[in-house]
Amino acid sequence: MANTDSKPRSFQEIILRLQAYWAEKGCAVMQPYDMEVGAGTFHPATTLRSLGSKPWAAAYVQPSRRPTDGRYGENPNRLQHYYQYQVLIKPSPPNLQELYLGSLKAIGIDMEMHDIRFVEDDWESPTLGAWGLGWEVWCDGMEVSQFTYFQQVGGHDCHPVSGELTYGLERLAMYILGVDHVMDMPYNDPDALIPLSYGDVFKQTEEEYARWNFDVANTEVLLRHFEEAEAECENILAQEHVDPKTGKTIIMAHPAYDQCIKASHIFNLLDARGVISVTERQAYIGRVRALSKQCADAFVQTAAGGAAA
Amino acid sequence: MPDLLIELFSEEIPARMQKRAADDLKKRVTDGLVEAGLTYAHASAFSTPRRLTLALEGMLAESPTVREERKGPKVGAPEKAIEGFLRGAGLTMDQLEERETPKGSVYFATIEKPGRPAAAIVAEVLEDTIRNFPWPKAMRWGTGSLRWVRPLHSILCITSDETGHAVVPMSVDGIEAGDTTEGHRFMGSGRFAVTGFEDYAAKLKRDYVVLSAEERAEMIAADAQNLAFAQGLEVVEDKGLLAEVAGLVEWPVTLMGDIADDFLNLPAEVLQTSMKEHQKFFSIRNPKTGRIEKFITVANRETKDNGATILAGNQKVLFARLSDAKFFWENDVRTAKAGAAEWLEKLTNVTFHNKLGSQAERIDRVAALAREIAPIVGADADLAEKAARWAKADLSSEMVYEFPELQGLMGRYYAEFAGHPAEVAAAATEHYSPLGPSDDVPTAPVSVAVALADKLDVLTGFWAIDEKPTGSKDPFALRRAALGVIRLILTNSLTAPLKSLPVRDDADMGDLLGFFHDRLKVFLRDQGIRHDVIDACIAMDGNDDIALLVNRASALENFMKTDDGTNLLQGFKRANNILTQAEEKDGVEYSYGADMKFVEDDAEKALFEALDKFEAPIAEAIRGEDFAAAMVGLAGLRAPIDAFFEAVQVNSDNDVVRRNRLNLLSRIRKLCASVADLTKVEG
Repeated sequence: MANTDSKPRSFQEIILRLQAYWAEKGCAVMQPYDMEVGAGTFHPATTLRSLGSKPWAAAYVQPSRRPTDGRYGENPNRLQHYYQYQVLIKPSPPNLQELYLGSLKAIGIDMEMHDIRFVEDDWESPTLGAWGLGWEVWCDGMEVSQFTYFQQVGGHDCHPVSGELTYGLERLAMYILGVDHVMDMPYNDPDALIPLSYGDVFKQTEEEYARWNFDVANTEVLLRHFEEAEAECENILAQEHVDPKTGKTIIMAHPAYDQCIKASHIFNLLDARGVISVTERQAYIGRVRALSKQCADAFVQTAAGGAAA
Repeated sequence: MPDLLIELFSEEIPARMQKRAADDLKKRVTDGLVEAGLTYAHASAFSTPRRLTLALEGMLAESPTVREERKGPKVGAPEKAIEGFLRGAGLTMDQLEERETPKGSVYFATIEKPGRPAAAIVAEVLEDTIRNFPWPKAMRWGTGSLRWVRPLHSILCITSDETGHAVVPMSVDGIEAGDTTEGHRFMGSGRFAVTGFEDYAAKLKRDYVVLSAEERAEMIAADAQNLAFAQGLEVVEDKGLLAEVAGLVEWPVTLMGDIADDFLNLPAEVLQTSMKEHQKFFSIRNPKTGRIEKFITVANRETKDNGATILAGNQKVLFARLSDAKFFWENDVRTAKAGAAEWLEKLTNVTFHNKLGSQAERIDRVAALAREIAPIVGADADLAEKAARWAKADLSSEMVYEFPELQGLMGRYYAEFAGHPAEVAAAATEHYSPLGPSDDVPTAPVSVAVALADKLDVLTGFWAIDEKPTGSKDPFALRRAALGVIRLILTNSLTAPLKSLPVRDDADMGDLLGFFHDRLKVFLRDQGIRHDVIDACIAMDGNDDIALLVNRASALENFMKTDDGTNLLQGFKRANNILTQAEEKDGVEYSYGADMKFVEDDAEKALFEALDKFEAPIAEAIRGEDFAAAMVGLAGLRAPIDAFFEAVQVNSDNDVVRRNRLNLLSRIRKLCASVADLTKVEG
């Protein structure tokens, strides 16, 4: 394990330390989901696995995209593509707060010198039909994480309850590394053979995507993709549970959920293009929520969702 | 008599819920104990971010024995009846008592419910309290089914007296009550046992927890003041923020930091709002310049470097926040300087209500209305329209998007950059007022015109689409809008009847007028005017003229407080009753006018003369809307009316005399009715 007594020196070291810490605490260290999502919560390892009765513990980095937050890489802390670190443990252990504080220590935050606070912040995801209670965690007045006890996901009551931790990695790392502009943050070790900054890695992509997100993305194509994803999600879920080819019972909750994720991201892109009016907005959110509810309904009928085999 | 100490220790309770929760804990537990017969001398409740605490002094050690007597069957009743009675009472035959009653010999049972030890009762009451606690929002955690505001970790529940303390045996959802707790999350020394409240509070303090929220707030307020004062500065008072911050810390450490020079020229409200909303900082003002120059943050711990690291971190966060605010400000100022056309353009895409169109359409309506209202309030019509068109422009600004509570205020600042006159700038802020019953009411004519137009548009609009307030539901704050109109009219002494204030045709004005009257009643009742007095005035013509209505009601209220008033009311009621009965009986209305020549009695003559004397001045006073003078006139009638009823029998055998007297009474009725509908006044 990394030397936690010293301060980390780079963005990636913070990630590596979080991975090592949560691995040591027994989480399955998973990899990012291979689709565009708005937040780490969308990873099926959180959304779907927080449902049903089966215990679960996972930690992973999730690249997240929020097209409306693009600033061409110029804003010191706003990005259309960023990383979240996500931990989900079900059932939430009684010492989850202590475990969380241990992770802050692991990435170089000295509890003796800093002021850590749990400030009320209830979480709700209208597109996922999910809500929970918890806090935003403050370190010296700066929000460094979200801490949530899931109460409902996809319209289902969570039982047992999952504890979810979300770290906004860039902001947290900037704070620990004492960097004022995200693009100036060391991505790898500053003494490495080829030292790279966050800007070296992402400045160009931020520019490219900002332009595409705001001005170029073909909204007609996107609108069509949205409809198609929605239709496919419903088509998948409408299939017979028994596969006529293999004779096995196979409920395709995950493939359906992929389409739900897709619809959600397309909606975000359309939003960034400014083609969704205030009233339409609610309708789109409602459509994505309907999909995620159906996916949740399907998942709890599967073995991973805790259904009796 | 023992004391009781209860502590419910959990993960961080939202600051806004703590005080109420401590009160609820106290109420629910003490109510439950008292109901079970356990009285106590004194109770106090406390809260910190991680605990709710209740301390009871002088509680009974056990509930008193209760004896209940039950009457049973007659002696010699069938055996089954006696058996059933014994079963119900839980007694045996030899425990029954035979007593003679008028109906013969009857069995009586005395059932004794022995007192129960306090611990057993406390355990029941506390479990019930925890399971049914009225949190505004509660949650489950782990595999449990218990609901609490955040995970509940431990229950401390002990009774104590001179001989020592004892844990009350109980458990809720697997959490066993004990005699231990812990102090500060970071500075404390782990779990420790306590023996009673004093020991508990002292050990908490040793472990860096100040139990009382009031004490924490006082510490913060005093420290903040000292820090500011030492540099010739002052704290911008904010009681709500103080209470909230006291709920975020167990061990308050107050630190003062600088605001970078780049931001000192932002409007004070922007600095204050940004610091308060995002960071929970107090603003520190330089009394000489009026500028916000520093901030105070309250940390939850001491550190070796006396908070230097914490302060530096907070300062950095503030820098980022204020950079955002400055960015918004500069963008907005640029837009305002260019005339702000894009802000108004944007409002065409913002729905105000799906049946009432966009914000832009609403602005058009308000602007037209403000124009029409302008002459009534003494404002220039062009200016009023201009102000109405500007008033909502800031809703499109970046600053208001970020901080909605700055709406109106930013409009005032930006108006200057957009080259609008001072009246337009002021109206941007003031047209939202008054927001509550104690909020200041605008008096500048342009502001009054826009404020009235804004509120009347909302009221008539929602009335037209039938979205009226029901019960406790008033999502569009229509009650507030109506009260605002009332206060605007009264404060500015506007003599405009509501029906003459140009309102939209499609609204049902009759019903809306009733709504105004309801709000007016509430408003005047708070000012000490009786509801029946108000009703008596609402029943009169011209009841859509709020100022007239209020003048009439206050004059009547004052009159009814005098001897003359109450006696005159009696006289009127007597006259009215006699008249009504006679009119019903005779099938006519006595309003022909009485004739002096049929007068028989001196008192009757005096009443005649008094009516002749006062009728004209009262009518004159009412024409001039001088209701106080009208009341003086009525007061002059009191003695003659009293004397008349004392001396004269209205229902004389002589029918001519009787009818003449009834016609005389009719003059009283008519005169009184010109002042107010006194039949509605109680007493």
